[in-house]
Amino acid sequence: MQVTVEIYRQDAETGASRFDTFIREVDPKDRVLDVMMEIKDQDDGSIAFRKSCGHGVCGSDAMMINGINRLACQTLIQDLKGSLIRIEPLKGLKVLRDLIVDMDPFLASLQKVTPYFIPKTTAPVREQKQSIAERQIFDDTTKCIMCGACTSSCPSYWSNGEYLGPATFVKAHRFIFDSRDGGDAERIEALDDRDGLWRCHSIFNCTDACPRDIKITQAISELKRYIVARR
Amino acid sequence: MEMLSHDILIVGGGGAGLRAAIAVAETDPALNVAVVSKVYPMRSHTVSAEGGAAAVVRPDDSFEDHAYDTISGGDWLPDQDAVEAFVNEAPRELVQMEHWGCPWSREPDGSVAVRPFGGMKIERTWYASDKTGFHMLHTLFQTSLKYDPIQRYDEWFVTKLLVDDGRCQGVVAIELATGRIRGISAKAVIICTGGCGKVFPFTTNANIKNGDGMSLAYRAGVPLKDMEFIQYHPTGLPFTGILITEATRSEGGYLLNKDGYRYLQDYDLGTPQPQPVLRSMELGPRDRLSQAFVKEQEKGRTLKGPYGDYVNLDIRHLGEKVINSKIPFVRELCLKYENIDPVTDLIPVRPVVHYMMGGIHTDIHGATPMEGLFAAGEAACVSINGANRLGSNSLTELLVFGARVGRAAAEYASGRNGGGRAVAAQAADEEERIERQYRRGGSRSGGEKMADIRQRMHDAMESGAGIYRSAESLAQAAQEISTLQDRIQRLALDDSSQTFNTELVAAVELTYMLDVAETIIHSAIQRTESRGSHQRTDYPERDDDAYLTHSLALRQPGGAPAIEYQPVTITKWPPGERIYGR
Ligand SMILES: Cc1cc2nc3c(=O)[nH]c(=O)nc-3n(C[C@H](O)[C@H](O)[C@H](O)COP(=O)(O)OP(=O)(O)OC[C@H]3O[C@@H](n4cnc5c(N)ncnc54)[C@H](O)[C@@H]3O)c2cc1C
Ligand code: FES
Repeated sequence: MQVTVEIYRQDAETGASRFDTFIREVDPKDRVLDVMMEIKDQDDGSIAFRKSCGHGVCGSDAMMINGINRLACQTLIQDLKGSLIRIEPLKGLKVLRDLIVDMDPFLASLQKVTPYFIPKTTAPVREQKQSIAERQIFDDTTKCIMCGACTSSCPSYWSNGEYLGPATFVKAHRFIFDSRDGGDAERIEALDDRDGLWRCHSIFNCTDACPRDIKITQAISELKRYIVARR
Repeated sequence: MEMLSHDILIVGGGGAGLRAAIAVAETDPALNVAVVSKVYPMRSHTVSAEGGAAAVVRPDDSFEDHAYDTISGGDWLPDQDAVEAFVNEAPRELVQMEHWGCPWSREPDGSVAVRPFGGMKIERTWYASDKTGFHMLHTLFQTSLKYDPIQRYDEWFVTKLLVDDGRCQGVVAIELATGRIRGISAKAVIICTGGCGKVFPFTTNANIKNGDGMSLAYRAGVPLKDMEFIQYHPTGLPFTGILITEATRSEGGYLLNKDGYRYLQDYDLGTPQPQPVLRSMELGPRDRLSQAFVKEQEKGRTLKGPYGDYVNLDIRHLGEKVINSKIPFVRELCLKYENIDPVTDLIPVRPVVHYMMGGIHTDIHGATPMEGLFAAGEAACVSINGANRLGSNSLTELLVFGARVGRAAAEYASGRNGGGRAVAAQAADEEERIERQYRRGGSRSGGEKMADIRQRMHDAMESGAGIYRSAESLAQAAQEISTLQDRIQRLALDDSSQTFNTELVAAVELTYMLDVAETIIHSAIQRTESRGSHQRTDYPERDDDAYLTHSLALRQPGGAPAIEYQPVTITKWPPGERIYGR
């Protein structure tokens, strides 16, 4: 089938932006990423975007496709209604060039919730025990691929770049609800803050945007309840 | 040129690179260690590994058994001293991962769960659902954040090793965000750049797996070992090459030909049983399974699809509950990319290039023959994988040899001086080379098109150096690659920007891939026997008298590599027959 692909272009040096249009013959099972690579190969080698795994686990290629944040490698042509494909960078993060946004502030925000495991007890010689049920409690939030699709879809983040944002809450949830972890105190201090959890208005954009289908809004409300209960 | 400087520089932020960085920081906190990676570490290809990581854990298992499975799986090409070190240290490393928070799947009693895997005699593959590599990589990345001495250069792309006085003393890298080219000097450099599947057209490997580090080392005069051994995974999705993990077969999946027949029984892999049997049938080693596919194809017993011939993987009998709990990602991938549901449908699969057994020649500590240069992970060849890697040994290898190389490099670097003035001059030359060759390149009208060269390389490798090879097919491929080596000198590029010039990166990567392709082909030409994944139609037998040896490909100025040989280290297990299913 034939598709028309409009790709957002932004010159790094001048900041000037435009859309370039390409018409291509594609297989409905093609990934949008395949089509972009084909355009880059055949039509214009200067289009800049990130990519790595090609099947939705590395988090490189979150972008706005037909107005929705998604991974280009996880979006098939047949998933898109119609034959017009409009590709834009994520919102709310600074565009460095074309589809590449500055991920540093996003990653810096994750740092604020001490995003590594802090053991509750000194580790035994063998593994620490954890029941299947305990492992299940934080299963959903271990799935975050740090692509930025959630945070950059959040109106609260757009209006205030200091806001920790949903991805950071997901990371905090992954550790706080891990039965083996004992680092709650430091994490909660960051979460229970003006720019923390309470700025979330349960708009659900993040949950809709997550390419790994993490129930982000639910994780956030679990965190809120946990904090309130500890007070 | 003004140089950046570190004690130890690690190229690569995948599983091997991050494990090495942590080992350096733990060995000597006074050392300042940096990780350079062309993508953010969590985008590294380790993230894609699904099935699991092997280490002896059950009381009825033993190091001897893990070693024997690995050595026979590798068709007696692994170095047995390396394998022994590997199996001994494997459990400690995986427990360490647990202590760093890795969310391993659990048994009902709360201990870490294990599953069977191909070519393994007993259940010893630890897993975290079917996203094991993802969870390991994120755990390592998170843990690395705890160590202040570990600095990162994310999205920096290395183009050259700096070598002076026979010693590796740093690298040259492009900061992708600004296009600035910088020399980074170091007392020791560790290459952890992963594999090179993208040399082939149909692969499970990420777009970033271009053999960068292998080529960098090769250009610096370090030999590449056992490059003829390429693993085809028997079960990739036909259109995309996306991997359907071996865990589908360890949970009990069947491979069926067009008549619905479990064809592996015809290839000396045992007799079919309803339940999975270890070291038998679908749980045989990958080389044998991929070869069986080609034989079935020749007999006209595979199916024809729009994206090539295929066979079916049947997991319907496992039921929705097992599929959802043990291999949910398989279901997700099938639904997403093939629009089929493995709960009710057969999964079409065919062999796909997956893993590079060969790599940069190192000893058991990860040291290369060049002073100051180390390597680990898929980029390196220790070798524990020999002629065919067993599934789930690789993730463990990243940890065991990542940790070893970190310790060895730390020891080497302590009390040594960094790079001198000579390397700064080399770095300036490299800057000039990049500018001249790629930034001030010709126009479209004059030069060669990158996509063309890549396509031709892919065709040459697939038809010349695939699952079965011959002197003739390899000679043709060699001819083509040598032409392409010439053509790539005259590349035309569209992009002249300094910021995220991804076209420039792709062009340099293509030069890396051509080097790697050349070593694969020439190592394969010289090995006139069939062993593991290297199958010569003109030399169908294994020849231990002549080839119980590792090949070493050494770069020669302006041409094909010279191939030398080094004997395999045998400790306890003399070469024997590979027996599966009987
Ligand atoms: C789909 C898939 C599934 C797999 N499943 C399993 C499994 O279940 N069990 C198992 O044991 N093994 C599995 N493997 C194999 C295993 O995942 C890999 O061998 C392993 O992850 C490689 O890790 P690494 O650290 O060596 O390299 P990678 O994780 O590939 O990392 C390479 C790093 O090097 C960096 N780099 C490369 N070139 C440059 C450059 N020029 N400049 C700067 N940085 C550079 C990259 O940015 C990256 O950070 C699987 C492989 C695939 C493809
Ligand atoms: S390329 Fe890895 S998530 Fe899309």
